[in-house]
Amino acid sequence: MNPDNNNSTLFRYLLIAVLITMTAGLVYALLSLPLLASGLSFQVTQNLQLSGVENPVTAVLLNFRAYDTFLEMGVLLLALLAVWSLGTLPKQRETAPGEVLNSLSGLLIPILVLMASYLLWVGASAPGGAFQAGSVLAAAGVLLILTGWQLNEKLQGLPLRFALVAGLSIFMAVGVVLMLFGRRFLEYPPSVAAALILLIEAAATVSIGITLVALFSGGRPESEQQ
Amino acid sequence: MSAVFVYSLVGIGLFNLGLYALIIYPHLLRKILAVNIMGSGVFLVLVALAGRTASGVPDPVPHAMVITGIVVAVSATALALVLMLRVSAATGQPELPEEK
Repeated sequence: MNPDNNNSTLFRYLLIAVLITMTAGLVYALLSLPLLASGLSFQVTQNLQLSGVENPVTAVLLNFRAYDTFLEMGVLLLALLAVWSLGTLPKQRETAPGEVLNSLSGLLIPILVLMASYLLWVGASAPGGAFQAGSVLAAAGVLLILTGWQLNEKLQGLPLRFALVAGLSIFMAVGVVLMLFGRRFLEYPPSVAAALILLIEAAATVSIGITLVALFSGGRPESEQQ
Repeated sequence: MSAVFVYSLVGIGLFNLGLYALIIYPHLLRKILAVNIMGSGVFLVLVALAGRTASGVPDPVPHAMVITGIVVAVSATALALVLMLRVSAATGQPELPEEK
């Protein structure tokens, strides 16, 4: 890089000029947008009582645009599969956490799990839902890993994998069962929409939480020699 | 000028700062952080522009899209970090090799 130091300074100024031009264009585009644009909020409010939940964001996520959320669970799983295919978990000794750390995590983990369940439940009527609950659950899992805990070897095989795919597969199962009743994929009947959304969200919360923890640990668990 | 436009202008600023860092810095961790800052800028623009309703209750569709986007961004970041670790384990440095 040293021989063309002059070149890189020139490049840097050129880049700044290009980016300022781009920013100016974007700002111009932004400022020429209309001041009032309600988008799709009218349609959402109109159909909210059919969706089974009172929170419009949850209604969009899990009902009106459930297909997006379904595929998003697939993206999460795909990212984990890619991470797992790149290597195994670095071998770590199970460390015994100190007394203070141990009691702290013992206090915090139940609170985090409780908070995740609350967020999952409250998502029907207020901000909250599967993703928020899943990330709080993942925070609990990351805390456990950082304080030296490890997943029991017996749970590292099939049980872990079942938990990882639970969200996606229950989502798909609900969609397919609805098709058997002559509806379209993920078109909930309004009478059972609330229960179906809660079922899907509960499974998704567990899967999202565990997937995020698995992504955090950054490798596939060493499979026991078979 | 309403708060909506202030927030979305900040979003555009974040996007361009991230783009600058993405191009300038060779270190892969910085590139990953830069892409995340660009994404945050886009999310900020989306969330802010959803507030342009007459009733004051924001349009829920962009908000749902941003929630979806955040989760995708997190998983993409995790994958990128693992790839970065593999590159630095294979070549001994956290940068992509210079093209000859």
